Amino acid sequence: MKFEGEHLLPGQLGYFFILFSFVVALIATISYFKASYSTNFIDKKNWLNTARTAFILQLISVFVVFATIMYICSHHYFEYMYAYKHASLELEYKYLLACIWEGQEGSFLLWTIWHGILGIILIKKSKEWEAPVMTVISFAQFFLLMMVLGIYIGNIKIGNSPFTLTRNEIQAPIFARSNYLEFIKDGVGLNVLLRNYWMVIHPPILFLGFASTIIPFAYAYAGIQTKRFGDWVKPALPWALMCACVLGVGIMMGGKWAYESLNFGGYWAWDPVENAALVPWLLLIAGIHTMVIYKATGHSLRASYIFSILTFLFILYATFLTRTGILGDTSVHAFTETGDGFAFTLFGRLFEFKYMNLLILTYLLMFAIPSIFLLIKNYKKIPTIHKEESTNSREFWMFIGSLVLFLSAIFIIAKTSVPVFNKIFNTKIAPPEDVEFGYNKVLMLVTIIIGLLTAVTQYLKYKDTNAKYLIKKIAVPTIVALIAIVLMYFIYPFTYYKHGNGFLIAIYVAAFATIYSFVANAMYIFTVQKGNLLKAGSPIAHAGFMLMIVGMLISSANKEVISNSSANGIVQPVSGKDPMTKQEDNPKENLTLLREIPTMMGGYSVTFLSDSLGEEKGRKYYNLNFKKKEGSISSEEFNLKPDVYMMKDNSMSSNPDTKSYLLKDIFTYVSYAVNKADTEDTISFKEITMAIGDTAFYSNGYFVLNNVEKDKTKMKAQISAEQIALMADIRITSKDSLHFNAKPIILVDSIGIVNVDDTIYPQNLYVRFVGVAEKQKIKIGIKESDKFIEYITVKAYVFPYINLVWLGLVIMAIGMLLSMLKRGNITKIQSVFILILSTAFVFYMFLLANG
Amino acid sequence: MKRTHIILLVGIAALIAGLLSIGIDVSTYDSITSAKSKQGKFVHIIAKMDKNQPLEYDAIKNPNYLTFFAVDSLGAQTKVIYHNSKPADLEKSERLVMKGKMQDGHFECSDILLKCPSKYKDDEKQMQKNVNEQVGG
Repeated sequence: MKFEGEHLLPGQLGYFFILFSFVVALIATISYFKASYSTNFIDKKNWLNTARTAFILQLISVFVVFATIMYICSHHYFEYMYAYKHASLELEYKYLLACIWEGQEGSFLLWTIWHGILGIILIKKSKEWEAPVMTVISFAQFFLLMMVLGIYIGNIKIGNSPFTLTRNEIQAPIFARSNYLEFIKDGVGLNVLLRNYWMVIHPPILFLGFASTIIPFAYAYAGIQTKRFGDWVKPALPWALMCACVLGVGIMMGGKWAYESLNFGGYWAWDPVENAALVPWLLLIAGIHTMVIYKATGHSLRASYIFSILTFLFILYATFLTRTGILGDTSVHAFTETGDGFAFTLFGRLFEFKYMNLLILTYLLMFAIPSIFLLIKNYKKIPTIHKEESTNSREFWMFIGSLVLFLSAIFIIAKTSVPVFNKIFNTKIAPPEDVEFGYNKVLMLVTIIIGLLTAVTQYLKYKDTNAKYLIKKIAVPTIVALIAIVLMYFIYPFTYYKHGNGFLIAIYVAAFATIYSFVANAMYIFTVQKGNLLKAGSPIAHAGFMLMIVGMLISSANKEVISNSSANGIVQPVSGKDPMTKQEDNPKENLTLLREIPTMMGGYSVTFLSDSLGEEKGRKYYNLNFKKKEGSISSEEFNLKPDVYMMKDNSMSSNPDTKSYLLKDIFTYVSYAVNKADTEDTISFKEITMAIGDTAFYSNGYFVLNNVEKDKTKMKAQISAEQIALMADIRITSKDSLHFNAKPIILVDSIGIVNVDDTIYPQNLYVRFVGVAEKQKIKIGIKESDKFIEYITVKAYVFPYINLVWLGLVIMAIGMLLSMLKRGNITKIQSVFILILSTAFVFYMFLLANG
Repeated sequence: MKRTHIILLVGIAALIAGLLSIGIDVSTYDSITSAKSKQGKFVHIIAKMDKNQPLEYDAIKNPNYLTFFAVDSLGAQTKVIYHNSKPADLEKSERLVMKGKMQDGHFECSDILLKCPSKYKDDEKQMQKNVNEQVGG
């Protein structure tokens, strides 16, 4: 059958370029591999030329594929499954990119593009390392492109193409018609949770971080392949630093997004998806430290190999965890298994496999098995120094630090991998009662160790340190940090009593260790490095990291729930008291706000003023007024507009709104809202005929008709020129002497009558201008509802000093960037150029996101 | 013994301690019947909301009190009390992962994770429904 109105050309073009790029990626891999092993100069040159051409062609085709998807989505060609699933007519242009990487295919392509761009830079810069390094990257491209291939070999489907047609993917009777496209008016569209500007910026940065972890791995392979076992460290180190910077920023941007648009009340929840990205970062940081040790002293080369290889393998493992649906019930993100597969029964157990999941697993194993095999085979050949490091040396304690990071990474990934364990061994182990505490209690210890290590080790020298020198230098930071923590205990104590005194003390010690390290590193810049900021990458990065942890400790431990119902006059929850705090145990964190009735919440008088519709269909904003009073003067006032979004599939999503101050954030979201239709009652209006000045009664008071207004300009309603309008001005007085004004309007034109009613929410009173009676009287209708007309239930938190987290992150990133520029032997002009370029990129992304 | 060996031993000891703590610090997925036999013990239950029984939630009276009945795939049933606001899509969800413990004849729930069919765009049935709805509307 011929279908009407389809645009098949872009899809065919895109599909061709996917196949083409897949083939040339394979050619590039083979050619680079051949080049890396050929000893003949001319052979090597020929292979290299072929490989480079193939790699560049591959990158160009991937760009074409990406552009084609963008074209399809931006033109709303819903005959394509990808556009139907991820795009929609109302979607704002700035989210076009976000809807491309919402899908699995798009995010794999994004990863491929970054590999390609990094590959081009490596072709230019890596010189004699090019062949082995690029062998690895081309091989990864080959696998990533296989993920979007979408071809069948026999019955087995390899990869999912982004260019499949909706009518082929979905079984529905409509597709039997040739004009089916006329009925598919709109796509499903981007998930509303992802409609946040961080979602435009965060994935590309995170994927650049993911993609760049392959470079230290590739260099480690190159070290083994060329048998120049130690030489790879020098060129790999700046790349590792760049990767740590980008990946770190990418992860925390994800946290910022979660904080701003998810309602799990924070920026970090130890969710498996977050952990999976954090673990490679920890390993990478461990690797950077051992590489620095190797460059300075010749120690720790083997550890550098192990960490560089594991970093990338754990990126692949993270992909496996988050994209195969294996995490199932443990993650809020919960990607599901997709596509076709097969199943069989063995030993009485049913084994199910999806082709896509097997492909991702193959990708992981094809890198893990050869790299681990090569490492073990060559392990003895990797040079090592047999003389022990001295305990007064910097390298000894740096190595201990790396080891601690490595162990904590293993701890986190082991805990995160419980669902995988369940799947393999058919067990039913579930997460503990308090998931976050399970991580926090161990990581608190890690924080203490890392804080103390980074404070002191910065002042140690390689090989051997004079004890007197150390004591002289470290004395001031130690005293400053001690004073700071004592002051904190008295002025701004931690109030985290939930897990007992032991954990509270641990928080204090951790706060001391991190403040100590922050002060020590900040002072190091001036006392040892004489304020030369360009050379101070390391202390700047360490100080930034520690500042971030201090911010995390304070904002999490002293996070305050201000919407607990015990503060609300209406309800007193029944539950036990906490013996530590004498406060309500298990705080009931929701508070119901009735429309236009102020309710006290953590020192603020909060009023739910009104609701309004957003630009997208189904999005509703709730306007909340926060007011703080000291005496009779209001000292602070602001409005927050959290929103609830009714999605096309009728599921609801609640997005928070935050008032940010320099020292704290007030964070609130709607935890429960009702549909207006549910509260509509069946009571009808009671009519009263009144003249100006007359008084009438309702159940809770009386009202007076002050005036009848004819002047349209004084009415708050949309009135066209042909309409005749009258407005009644009514003053209402309730039994408890509260005054309200009601101004119902009646509009009359040739078509009929329109009533614009007024509602006095605090009295549950509707007032209508029904019509005009004889003798200059008018008819007023009143309706009293026995239900509360409108209300919402909210949760609200105060996050103190959360800006330290973001400030620390930025300082850390700058420090890492400076270290990279220093280690990379990059000239000053190039450094400035790179700094400007990366700033411009981030700035552009901001513009794109906000405008 | 070399210092590096000592470090490695300490490291391995720390790792074992850490992994052991993971081993201790877990709970289980249970059916309603087996959870009932473990009164007061923290468990995970995977069940469905029983739509034939009344759900009780009045945000004005108490926004932190929700009660409904859950039924699991084996047909066992329990009353659930959740001291929190009602998740918006509770009625629409196909599956609930509930954390909490059995006590005083009901399941005292501390957290509910909803598994709604609609959350998964990749779900083919949902896609079919979407297409058919568009045609109808």
